[in-house]
Amino acid sequence: MASKKYDLAITGGRVIDPELGFGRIADVFIKDGRVARISSEGKSAKLLQNFDKDQIIDATGKLVVPGLIDIHVHLREPGREDEETVFSGCRAAAAGGFTSVCCMPNTNPVIDNQETVKFVQDRAGDADARVYVVGAITKRSEGTELSEIGDLVKVGAVAISDDGRYLQNPQIMRRALEYAGMFDIPVMQHAEDSFLVAGAVMNESYQSARLGMAGAPPVAEEIAVQRDIALCRVTGSRLHIQHVTTRAAVDAIRKAKAEGVRVTCEVTPHHLVLTDEEIGKEFNTSLRCNPPLRSREDQEGVLEGLVDGTIDCIASDHAPHSMEEKDCEFDLAPPGMIGLETTLGLIKTHVIDKGYLSWADVIRKMTVNPAKILNLPGGRLQEGVAADITIIDPDKKWTVREKDIRSLSKNTPFIGWKLTGRAHMTLLGGKEVFRR
Amino acid sequence: MSRLSSRHLLGLENVPREDLELILDTSVTFREVIERRIKKVPTLRGITVLNLFYEPSTRTRISFELAEKRLSADTVNFSTSTSSVKKGESLRDTVQNIEAMKIDMTVVRHSSSGAPYFLTQCMDTNIINAGDGCHEHPTQALLDMFTIRQKYGKIDGLRVVLIGDVKHSRVIRSNIWGLKTMGASVAVCGPATLMPYEVERFGCDVYTDLDKALDGADVVNVMRIQAERQQSGLFPSRREFSALFGINRDRLKRLNKNYTIMHPGPINRGVEITSEVADGKSSVILDQVTNGQAVRMAVLYLLSGRTEGETE
Repeated sequence: MASKKYDLAITGGRVIDPELGFGRIADVFIKDGRVARISSEGKSAKLLQNFDKDQIIDATGKLVVPGLIDIHVHLREPGREDEETVFSGCRAAAAGGFTSVCCMPNTNPVIDNQETVKFVQDRAGDADARVYVVGAITKRSEGTELSEIGDLVKVGAVAISDDGRYLQNPQIMRRALEYAGMFDIPVMQHAEDSFLVAGAVMNESYQSARLGMAGAPPVAEEIAVQRDIALCRVTGSRLHIQHVTTRAAVDAIRKAKAEGVRVTCEVTPHHLVLTDEEIGKEFNTSLRCNPPLRSREDQEGVLEGLVDGTIDCIASDHAPHSMEEKDCEFDLAPPGMIGLETTLGLIKTHVIDKGYLSWADVIRKMTVNPAKILNLPGGRLQEGVAADITIIDPDKKWTVREKDIRSLSKNTPFIGWKLTGRAHMTLLGGKEVFRR
Repeated sequence: MSRLSSRHLLGLENVPREDLELILDTSVTFREVIERRIKKVPTLRGITVLNLFYEPSTRTRISFELAEKRLSADTVNFSTSTSSVKKGESLRDTVQNIEAMKIDMTVVRHSSSGAPYFLTQCMDTNIINAGDGCHEHPTQALLDMFTIRQKYGKIDGLRVVLIGDVKHSRVIRSNIWGLKTMGASVAVCGPATLMPYEVERFGCDVYTDLDKALDGADVVNVMRIQAERQQSGLFPSRREFSALFGINRDRLKRLNKNYTIMHPGPINRGVEITSEVADGKSSVILDQVTNGQAVRMAVLYLLSGRTEGETE
């Protein structure tokens, strides 16, 4: 006799809700795609007797957390469906434990109008994750003329960004902030002064000096961040700095936050785990990304910011590129690496296990914090919320293998890496979208 | 000891001293060969060498080609103007197609740093770097070292100053690594805008004042300054560059008595060096060119794995 009161029960796992700080062993009951009840260990033994075997997910020894949220991914559709589609990107997201992703507008055509937003939303209709669209700040992301931001918001764009490019003109950036402020959406900025990084293929450091490669100086990020903080201060709008990579930028954001400036920021796993010292070893084009992998010193500054809360969230900057385009000379390769399927393992292995953050901190930075930045509905695991739930096997040891990657692109430098911690199962609105 | 520790020559950073000495010692033999009336030995008979030039080059290409011919190797030349690169063929496809025609060794010049390493991942041939981006140009540095050793009988303890566009010079980088390994004291000198970031970490002295750099030096190796660097705003004018960093007779007074003037060419006469100095009695610029062939013959021979007397 199956339970009629509930559809599904996740039993015996350690349930973490970062908002309530709930972190005990508990059973989670799901009904009609929502979390209907969370009861402490043992208290629902009787109730569970009515459940069919296939209605129970045994999560003993696992973490049961709100579905993870990645606010920085590139889904490449429309335009480069050979590299990724909304559907394939969401399959990768589900395997990585993500139930919500925010896609950047640098597609072809650029997502700078209602039609393209709707197209992406339509493609996401039956996908394995929720897709929130970030619209372009400027038309074709060319940095000269504002997009019809009101229009974009009207059909559901959650933020604006010209990601991949820095909005160099301060007048237009000021207007973008003012204008976005009307809709209470943040302006997401790829903060690197474009004059200072012109032609660069890696971080400017002793490593770029050795290798004779043009370097993007860390000061390009510092200047861009400082300028935008100043504009954020005068406009009172919300600014989100994407993928911070330098100590100086983190320091500037920390100071601004203390002052009450409405700035938030994210960091990628690859900037936390890799440094520019890797590049000269094999000239692996998967290591080419923007902003570039930095020095150890900058990496330590970023880790400090992650620990003290200056850095609000972790985002993958999942950037698929075809094998054909990456199999070339280092400086000719397009920048970016995929990340949806390795983020959790990298963070567990290199951030949690090295003592920088606890699981609770990490879950906060991968659920409720990003949700708050973009006013997204998810990120909580409480009675009544949509049952977007990730079950994590925190001690699972695994090796990153190319054949296991669900993304259509395989451009990651982490192939062969041994990691600990991985999504075991992912539920979207109470429906299983991934099970290992 | 007659084998190099690697089957490729990609750069001089981290190349052990024994390898450098083996190349320089072997070069002496080949230097002799090119003075003969019949400048040819059968050493590499039956071996096919691909000269892959993705960047314009005159002297390095000719030098390698002559070196190969004098070793009796078969050579095949590829340069971008006649290649399928313009048709959009990738580097991997290009070299794998040529390799399918049975190539044994590849000499590569490319504008991307790391391209020779990339080739080691695409092909089974030995790879010799003939200049990659601003990264390394190992045979140029080897011929510079050979020329220094020819004159002084040693490299150990000499003071060598490398002058010019340090940031973009692969010749300077390879010279720094090689000279340091061989025990020389190395200094670089050039405008601050043409210094790479954290240049001090190369382990050489760094000067922006030419007179100080020249003080007590034995060897001055002057690099070509490219006009495009001025166009991109790295220094204000050739006139000012020449005034601050140009080598002329006056400046030579600060050098040690038995000094040597070098230049990898091509020379901008009157810009980085005056004709009087470039053609003067202390200049070994043309010796460098001659020695280049001997050094390249030695590198080709040593990497080929052929042993003495063996020609198949």
